[in-house]
Formats: sequence, structure tokens, C-alpha cells
Amino acid sequence: MNKKKEQLLNKRYKAEKRFRLYGQSAIFMALLFLIIFIFKIFSTGYSAFQKTWLIVPVTFDAELMMLEQNPSKEDLKDADYYDIALKSMADLDPNANENQENELKRMVSYFFEREIKRELLNDPSLIGKTKDVYLTASDDLDQVFKGNYPRDLPEDQRRVTDYQLKIFDQLVELGKVESKFNLSFFTYPDSREAELAGIASSFMGSIFSILVCLMIAFPVAVLAAIYLEEFAPKNRFTDFIEVNINNLAAVPSIVFGLLGLGILLAVFQLPRSTPLVGGITLSLMTLPTIIIACRASLKAVPPSIREAALAMGASKMQTTMHHTVPLSMPGTLSGTIIGLAQALGETAPLILIGMVAFVNTIPGSPLDPAASLPVQIYIWAESAERGFVEKVSACIMVLLGFLIIMNLFAQIIRHKFEKKWS
Amino acid sequence: MKKNGVKMIKISSKNVDVFYGKKQALFNINLDIEENQVTALIGPSGCGKSTFLRCLNRMNDVIDICRVKGQIIINDFDINDKSCDVVRLREKIGMVFQKPNPFPKTIYENISYGPTIHGMAQSKNEMDEIVETSLKKAALWEEVQDRLHEPGTGLSGGQQQRLCIARAISVKPEVILMDEPCSALDPIATAQIEELIDELKKDHTIIIVTHSMAQAARVSQNTGFFHLGELIEHGSTDKIFKNPENKKTQDYITGRFG
Repeated sequence: MNKKKEQLLNKRYKAEKRFRLYGQSAIFMALLFLIIFIFKIFSTGYSAFQKTWLIVPVTFDAELMMLEQNPSKEDLKDADYYDIALKSMADLDPNANENQENELKRMVSYFFEREIKRELLNDPSLIGKTKDVYLTASDDLDQVFKGNYPRDLPEDQRRVTDYQLKIFDQLVELGKVESKFNLSFFTYPDSREAELAGIASSFMGSIFSILVCLMIAFPVAVLAAIYLEEFAPKNRFTDFIEVNINNLAAVPSIVFGLLGLGILLAVFQLPRSTPLVGGITLSLMTLPTIIIACRASLKAVPPSIREAALAMGASKMQTTMHHTVPLSMPGTLSGTIIGLAQALGETAPLILIGMVAFVNTIPGSPLDPAASLPVQIYIWAESAERGFVEKVSACIMVLLGFLIIMNLFAQIIRHKFEKKWS
Repeated sequence: MKKNGVKMIKISSKNVDVFYGKKQALFNINLDIEENQVTALIGPSGCGKSTFLRCLNRMNDVIDICRVKGQIIINDFDINDKSCDVVRLREKIGMVFQKPNPFPKTIYENISYGPTIHGMAQSKNEMDEIVETSLKKAALWEEVQDRLHEPGTGLSGGQQQRLCIARAISVKPEVILMDEPCSALDPIATAQIEELIDELKKDHTIIIVTHSMAQAARVSQNTGFFHLGELIEHGSTDKIFKNPENKKTQDYITGRFG
């Protein structure tokens, strides 16, 4: 008998040990995947925060710029910079023929003219003088400098020619190639040229969409939740509504996109590709999330508080507004933020309402066309150029950072303001 | 209290039936409550004494499936009548619950809430006065006067319950209902509350539901004994405890069931 009991005990201990092991290995697996995922993104993406510049001597020849004597600021703005820009590049190799001059020109971005102009506008006394100017290298050379470019491929399979590589290597040797923090990634809108593409338009698009989404979804959802939880009679009809709200939360997001397309764009003729439409579409998606969070936190307020207020002679409305709703706010707000974070990461509905369009302006209001961060990732991931590969990862990093900050905020609100019940 | 030898009746219930859905919880309750006295309602668990108490300030309205029939007359007015406004009613009839349930706000805000929503104070000074007198009446002033603006939930259980009593009397109710106010408290806190009840009956009519027969005997002048939703016997506490008429009352008092 005793022996049997001991066996039973041993079996129980072993079972518990095994169970712990399963749990630990599950967590280990999850962490491993997460680490691999993050490592992959960081190792691909970090280089996008650096940008390669070619330092090219530019001679600000007044004649070539078609400038009169003592030009005014306006004259400087209207001057022709293309010729001196072209000449500066061609001068990198005095022996270059016409084809090679063309290749030299393509070693920098098509912004080179603008970059030279900015230099002169900053310091008009440069006229007639020569100065080293930082010019954005083309995305291929940028990749060459970062070591991501397969230089060993035969020339006809590369976009960078042998001649360009030769000149580039000479410049590197002379210390005329520099890598600096890529500010333009944050300040430029999208571009077809990887070296000039930035997230400014999609970042602003995301912010505007989220704001529109918040302003619509939050009040509607909170009012709906308060009414359903505190005022509505409990009957079949309200049960039916409750079931449908829960179902709404499970509807695939692309369906909401179709809804936005069919109703907001087709019927109401709202402007296409705008954060306004995106925000409204996302708010449909966020609505059930907030309603569910708000109802759950209203439910978590102990009934004794309601009874206390009612017994003091507070009306239903006063009880709700003075006690129940303030006590439920931390939960509601953190639910809202989590809902918004979901909306922020949403791609499919935004593609359907046209926010996938190529937008190379930074939106100033929710009525301007814009992309959004996840859609930007999608657009860049589709692009063939090598320069966009790191941009995709960098954009993911920005999006993840945004999401982490939002979730952190939700956690802080929850912990800081939630009342503990004795 | 007797005026010219006549008992003053504050509340009188006539043929009160209560249903939870299809289940009847109270059967034909007829009970008169004397003014400025403590009336204890005793009986085994589930006998309907709390349900009856909650009829008196219409707290049963909160429960969807609950229906109350019959008349409950307070100041010549039937509170079950459609014209009765529950907010005004509950201003007159305060309630203290089984578990202390202060609002998760400061001690001051706990007391000032009732007077605020009923517009009883015109100025900050008046409100301070109401808060002070309420806390003094509830014998809590000495302990909390230095921390009026700290959360009420930080007090001990007994202090919390006295805070709830102070909150209830802040609106100067005529009647105070107490639903097992000491069941979550230790003996010392219980003794304090009982003393307080004795003090409060000067200004208020008190109805207390209690599980402890000793407590009923100590604090009340009148007692009603409930069993299975019926009022078996009621009368002066002395008589109920020393010389009950009904066999069931006798059995319950002597601890044979309950």
C-alpha cells in the first residue's frame, strides 16, 4: 500500500515537472522567434538611417547660371543651376566622353541641382568661387558604399557601370565619400528614387488617420458602451446587439475597406486616398474593440459603488457619470489605445480606399492625399531596387517603435490610474 | 418614541409581496416601524429581511427581475406609488451596506457627495460644516480630521463603515437603513458602531438587519422575526427575546435553527 502511494506521488511530481518543461519550452520558442524577427529587421534596416554623400567641388560660374552683376535673392532663386551641376559632375573626370559624362551625372540623385542651389542661397558670396558640396549619392552607389551591392556580377547584370565604380572608388580613396545620418528619411515624402524616399508623408498620413479614427470611434464607442451596460434593458434585443458587436470585432479588416470604398467614396464622394476616409474606415474597425474594452471596465466597477451612490439619492445618470464612468476610464483608455494601435498597423482597408497611391507630397490636413506607414512598407516591399530593401526594414522599425510607445502608454495609464479595490 | 403615550409610526408596510422573477421572496408583510427607535430585523439566511429593507428605499428597483407589490407608507405617502421620485425618497432614507463601500475618493468628497447633488450647501464653509458635523456624529472626526483629503479607501474596515454612516447622515435623512453593518467588522469596531447606532436614534429612525441575535438584543427596541419570506412575529425586543408567542421564534432565538 505504502509503495503504491509513493509511486503515485512520484508520478505526480514527474507530471508537474513535465508540464513546467512544456511551458518553458513554449516560452523559449516564442522568444526565439521574436529575437530572430527583430534581429532580421534591425540588421537589414539599420543602414537605412545612414546616407552616402559624394563631396563634389562646384564652381558657381555666374555666366553658366545666367546671372547678372549683383544679383538679388530673387535672381538667385530663378537662376539656372543645371549647367553648373552638370559641369561639376563632368569635371570629376576631365577625360570623360559624352556617354561617360552621362554616367557621371547618374552617380548622384536628381536632387543634385537643388542641393547646389541650396548651397548658394545659404551663402550668395560663393558666386565665382569653387566649393565642395555634399551631393546625395545614387541609391546604387549608396548600397555599394554600405557593402550591400554585388560588385562581382558581370557588368551587364548591374545597374552600376564599371566606369561609375572606378570613379566612385577614386572618390572613396580621396575621402570624398561620406556617410552621414539620413535625416531625409524622416523629412522627405515618398519618391521613386530610393535615395530620396522618406516616410514623412506616410507618417503624417498615419497620424491624421489615427486622429480621425480616435475622434469618431472614441465618443461613439464610449456612449454605446455606457448605454448598453448601464441603461439599456436586458432583453433579447440587447443580447442580439451584444452578439453582433462581438462579431463585428471579428470581421476581417478588408471587409471594412470594401465598406469604405462602396459607401464613403462611391456614395458620399469623399476625397480618395485621404486620411479622412482612411480614419473613418479604421474607426469602423476600432469601434467594437473600444466598446468591448469600455463595457468590460464598466463591468469591473463593483456594484457596491453604484449602490452607494444610488442610496445617497443620486440619479441613474449621476451615478453613472460621477462614479461608474470615471472609474472605468483607465480601462477604456488603454483599450482605446490598443484599438488605435491595431488600426495603425492596418493595411488592407487602406489599400482599398486608395491610400496606396504614390504620394510625393507631405499632407498638411486629413483632406490631403497620403499614404500610411504600413501601406508605405507594402509599397516599398514591392519595389525592385536594392535601395528599398533596407527602407522597408527601417519603416517597420519606425512603425514598431510607434506601436511600442502606444502600448507602453496604455500600460502606464492602466497602472497609474486604476483604483485598487480593497 | 411615545408622544402623549401614543407610539409614533414612521413607516408602515401593508401587504407587501416581493417577487424575483416567478419566485416569491416576501409574503404579505405588515410591519410598522416606530419613529426614533431602532428596529432590528432578524431571521435565518435567505428569509427576506434584506429584501424587505431594500423595499423601504426602493433599492430593489436596481434588480431587473424584482417586483414589489403592496403599500409602504412613509409620512402618509406610498413610496410604491408611481408619483414617488426615488431620488427624493433616498435623500430622506439613507442606507448603510453590509460591506463598507466608500467611494474611491477622499474622505471629504465621500461626505460632501450627497449634500452636493442635493444642493444642501451654498458655500464652501457650509459644506465644511456639514462634513465636520457628519463625521462627528459618526464618531470619526477625531480620527480623520487631519487627513480629510486622503482616500477613504485607506481607512480600516471599521473606520470605513463609520465613514459610510457619516456619508448616509450627511443629507440628514429621517430614516437610516442598515444591512448587516457589522458583519465585516471585528468585535471592537462592532461595539463602536453599536454605540453609534444608539446615539443616532435620537435624530433618526433606524432599521437594522442583523444576523447576530445578541446585537439585535443590544441595540434595538423593536424586533421583527422573518422566516421563509414571512414576518413571523414582531414587537418589542424585550418581548420577542424573553417571551415570544410563536414556536418558530422561540426555536430561532434559542438557536435551534438558523
